[in-house]
This record gives sequence, structure tokens and C-alpha cells, in this order.
Amino acid sequence: MFFYAFKRSLLAILVALTVSMISFSLLYISSDPAIAMAGETASDADIEAIRELYGFDRSIVVQYLDWLKKAASGDLGKSYYFRTDVSHLIAERLPTTMTLGLCAIIFAIGLAVPLGVAAAIRPNSIIDRVALFLSVMGQALPSFWFALILIVLFSVNLRWLPVSGSDTWLHFVMPTIVLGYYAAPAIMRLTRTGMLEVLSTDYIRTARAKGLRPPVVLFKHALRNAIIPVVSLAAVQFGFMLGGSIVVETIFALHGAGFLAWESITRNDLPTVQGLILAFSLFYIILTLIADLINAWLDPRIRIS
Amino acid sequence: MAEQVLNITNLSIDIPLSGDVLHAVDGISVSVNKGETLCIVGESGCGKSLTSLAIMDLLPQKAIRTVDKLELNGKSILNYSDREMSDVRGNKIGMIFQEPMTSLNPSFTVENQMIETLTRHRNITGNSAKKLAVEMLEKVGITPAKPRLKQYPHQLSGGLRQRVMIAMTLLCQPELIIADEPTTALDVTIQAQILELLKRLQSDFNTGLILITHDLGVVAKIADRVAVMYAGQIVEEGSVYEIFDDPSHPYTKGLLSCIPVPGKIKKGERLGSIPGMVPSLIGKFSECRFAGRWTVEPSKHDEKITTLIPIKGSKYEFSVDGTTNHIVRFCCKHCLERSKSKINKGVN
Repeated sequence: MFFYAFKRSLLAILVALTVSMISFSLLYISSDPAIAMAGETASDADIEAIRELYGFDRSIVVQYLDWLKKAASGDLGKSYYFRTDVSHLIAERLPTTMTLGLCAIIFAIGLAVPLGVAAAIRPNSIIDRVALFLSVMGQALPSFWFALILIVLFSVNLRWLPVSGSDTWLHFVMPTIVLGYYAAPAIMRLTRTGMLEVLSTDYIRTARAKGLRPPVVLFKHALRNAIIPVVSLAAVQFGFMLGGSIVVETIFALHGAGFLAWESITRNDLPTVQGLILAFSLFYIILTLIADLINAWLDPRIRIS
Repeated sequence: MAEQVLNITNLSIDIPLSGDVLHAVDGISVSVNKGETLCIVGESGCGKSLTSLAIMDLLPQKAIRTVDKLELNGKSILNYSDREMSDVRGNKIGMIFQEPMTSLNPSFTVENQMIETLTRHRNITGNSAKKLAVEMLEKVGITPAKPRLKQYPHQLSGGLRQRVMIAMTLLCQPELIIADEPTTALDVTIQAQILELLKRLQSDFNTGLILITHDLGVVAKIADRVAVMYAGQIVEEGSVYEIFDDPSHPYTKGLLSCIPVPGKIKKGERLGSIPGMVPSLIGKFSECRFAGRWTVEPSKHDEKITTLIPIKGSKYEFSVDGTTNHIVRFCCKHCLERSKSKINKGVN
């Protein structure tokens, strides 16, 4: 198990390096920060001066290594727009995004896994139909529209929940539902399919033939095996929630990292975008690493090779 | 008289399909005594496995079971609820399956899967459960047993897994073991070992054993009594000697003539087979169940003429040579004629 974890961690670091390299080169190609920083009225000489000042005239390899060296010590550079440290900026926005993402993934799993299991126990039953309906809805409803409906219902008409902001836990209820409900269908369908497949296996028949009670058969013997692909999917979904909750954050005016990403992209704020890409990709990498470790713990065939 | 462990009377299993019904098992009756081995033989799809699942009440949800009598140790378990049945399963009736490779849960250790049975039925946990598990593993020939407890199924070979399955089944010392083709997935040497083991353990614990197989070699080695199944019915039933020496149903004769005997087959000669396929069991039968399957060459068994004595209240059911144990059942007049037996109508 230890060796497996070590191997996977090494791999994760390599992936992180590759991602940062690719994103750095893409940004390098796509925009010239000197023009953006100098402003519309700047002369060619001004732009050239800025280029030299910030070191944009050096080769891409030198710039990347320079950035990497600083990034390793936690210095992601200064935001061109906010004029503060990028790392500070991200750290400031992250708790909001983290809270939202965590709540949303817990909501999604809490909704999707029990529904998926229930649907698999009685395929084509009422519960299965309801679950299918909910998942099609979740997949088809645009989140911005769903968010507005919730706001109209709970904030404007019923006045139960605040419309926007991030001051109390009540502010997080609607964003959590919107974001979580969007992620739930995939998790639910995968749980259902996995459970259906596992429930027809020989070892489930063995468990029944041993006289084990249905809950033990279902939750110990079946779910343990069916949940393995779900863990991987949930990790990716969680990563998506942390990085891609821009729409939801914008609607509910939650000033999280996703909102920051949108701001910096529109303002050509290169160091911030670069820093956010690094942060988001690190999330993904860490989450998949955690998912792999959970799976190794669940499935001895991965653990003992 | 030996004590009866299991008695099923008139078991039928119907599986509704869209617009029609599949009559998978059609009115079979079997019984097993303590310490006795009953082999149920037949082709694929004749309803052997469904019969075993029906005894455990583990049929697929769609299947409909109708049975007149289902007794375990003389006590009816027919109207047991699912909860009561789960107390019987793994405790009084143990089951061994065909596929040792997939019959154990890949996510749990041997120890975990063995002990949970003990905890469930005997309320034994911890070290005493572990000790019992080790003892049972040693009994099925796994030595040293201790290191195996911590292993996962994928770390064991097929033969070892089947031994673990058997050990697991025996943990609660069931009165009846149902083994559904326990050796089919194993190679020949392991097959012989597993059969030997089953036989030994059965006599040690004095359990009844129902062995489901299509391998007549296995039957000859282990059976006390044999029931030959065809298309959802038992066509002939008797002691292993009666069936092998005195087969009365043309189907049994056909099956036996398919066994290649070393030294008796000439070079280039084709091995025996019964032509055709088991008929579709969907819908009602209008014709003979064996239609199209009787082009088989007359075998050596056809020379012997047995006397059939009709059994009261049944048109095509006969007792062979007046013994009460050897019963043969025909589906129609045509099959009865094919059996070339003398029918003694005088005795009833």
C-alpha cells in the first residue's frame, strides 16, 4: 500500500509539472501582457520598456523556469490588475470556493448514491423512474436558469434565503443545490449501473446463499464493489466544482476563485490566470490521487499487485 | 429407515416472458437422506440449477415457484418468510457454486468472508471464530491455513478458492449441501481431489448432498442415487447401480451410450451423442419432449428388457422390476414404446 501511494504521488508531481508547462506556453502564445499592461494609448517605446521591465523579452524557457522557481517557494508573482501578490489573492478567495465545492459534492453524493442504489434494487420501479427523471432534469437544466428559479422561489417569494453574498451558511444553500444538482446525475447513473452489475454477480448469490441479511448483502458486499468507479468520478466532479463554478459564483455573487478566474481572464491578468490554473490543476491532481488511494483501499486487486 | 433431510414434492418453476411462459421445471419430486448423495444429471438448460436455487428460495425475482411440499428434516419450510429462510440458508442448507473464480467477493479477505457466516448464524466472533475457520480450512486440505486467512480471493488458485468455498459452506455444519457443478470449472486432477474431499466430508458430517452435474463420470464416482433430468422433468430415478446397469428410459440409455469406454472405441469411430437439442420450454407442450432426438443408434442397453410396473394414478410412470426406488417416467406413448420394456399390467 505504501509503495503504491509513493508511486502514485511521484506520478502526480510529474502530471502537475506537465500541466503547468502546457498552460504557461499556451498563455505565452495567446496574449502579449505588455500591450495589455501599457494600455491603449501607449507608444511602441512604452510597450518595449514594460517588456524589458517585467522580463517578457526573455525566451519562454527562461521565463518558465523563473516562474517555476518562484512558484515552488510560494511566490506566484504580482497581479497586474490588483497590484497584490497572486498567492495572497488566491488564498483570500479559496475558502469561499472550497466551502461551496465541499457542500456541493456532499449534497451531490448524498442525493445521488442512495437514489442510485434504490433504483438498482428495483429496476423499472417507481423509484427508478423518479431517479431517472431527476437525473435527466439535472443534466438538462442550465445552472443559471435553475439558480434564478431558486432565487425567485426561496428569496423573492418565500423570503427564506438571502439572494446573494457569502456571509452566513444560509448564503450557501442555493449555490450548493444548484452546483450539486448539476453534478448528481452522472454519479447517480454510475451508481445505478454499477449496483445493477454487481447485484447480478456470483459473489452476491454466494452472500445470499450464506444467509446474510439483505442490508449486509447490499451495503457490505455490493456497494463496496460498485462504488469504486463512483469515487473516481466524484473526484473529477469535485475538481470541476472548485475550478468551474464560475457561473454559480457569479449569479450568487460569491467571490470565490472561479469568479476571480473570470475577472483575470477578461483583464488579461496573466500572473493571476497562471496562478489559478496551477491551483486548479493541483486540486485535480490531488483529488485524483486521493480517489486512487481510496480505490486502492477499497479494492485489494489494485492495492496488492 | 434412514432419516430424510430434504423432501420436495411436485416442484414447478415458471418464468413469465413477454406474452408467454417458460416452464423451466415441471413437477419434479426429490428427496435426500442423511449421509446420502443424490446426483441430478442432465443436459444444459434442463432445469438442474433452477431446482437447486428453488430449494434455497433464491430464484430470480421473475421466476414463479409452485411446490406441494418442501420439507427440511420433516419440517415444512414452504411458507417461510424471507427472514426465516435466511436463517436456513448457510446454516441448515449450504450451497457450493459452479464458478469458484467469481463466487467469492473480491474485496474481502478469506477470513472476513468465512467469519461473517459464523457470526450470522452462530454468533461467534473474534478469535474463536478465527480458530474455527482455520480448523475448517485445514479439514478441506489447505495447509498451512493461517496465512490464507489474510489473503484475498484473487491471490488464490481456482482449486484453492473452491476449497475455501467448501470450507465456508461447512462452517455451520449444514444438514444438506447443494453443490451445483462444483468441479466444472476446475481441471481434471483438481476435480478428482475436490470430489474426494466432498465425499469424505459428507461422511464425516453425515450430511445429505445434492450434486448437480452433467458429468456421468462424476456421478459414477460419488452418487448413491441418481435422478436424470430432461426438459424440466425427472425421467428416471434410481440407485447409481440401477441407473448404470438397468437404464429403462431411452434418454438415460442414450446418455450412457455417450460415455466413451477406453478400449471399446475403434480408431476413427465417432463418439456417441444424442442428436438434436433440448426442446424449447416456452408455452405448452403438444408433442413428445423427445421428438427428433431418437435417431440414435441402438446401444448395448437396448438388448436388456426390463419389466415395468405401472404406478397407480399415473399414466406413464413406472416402477422398474418392481423395486420402489427405481422409477421411470415417460412423456408419451411413443417414448414408452421406444423403451422396449415389457409392461406388466397385472400387478398394481
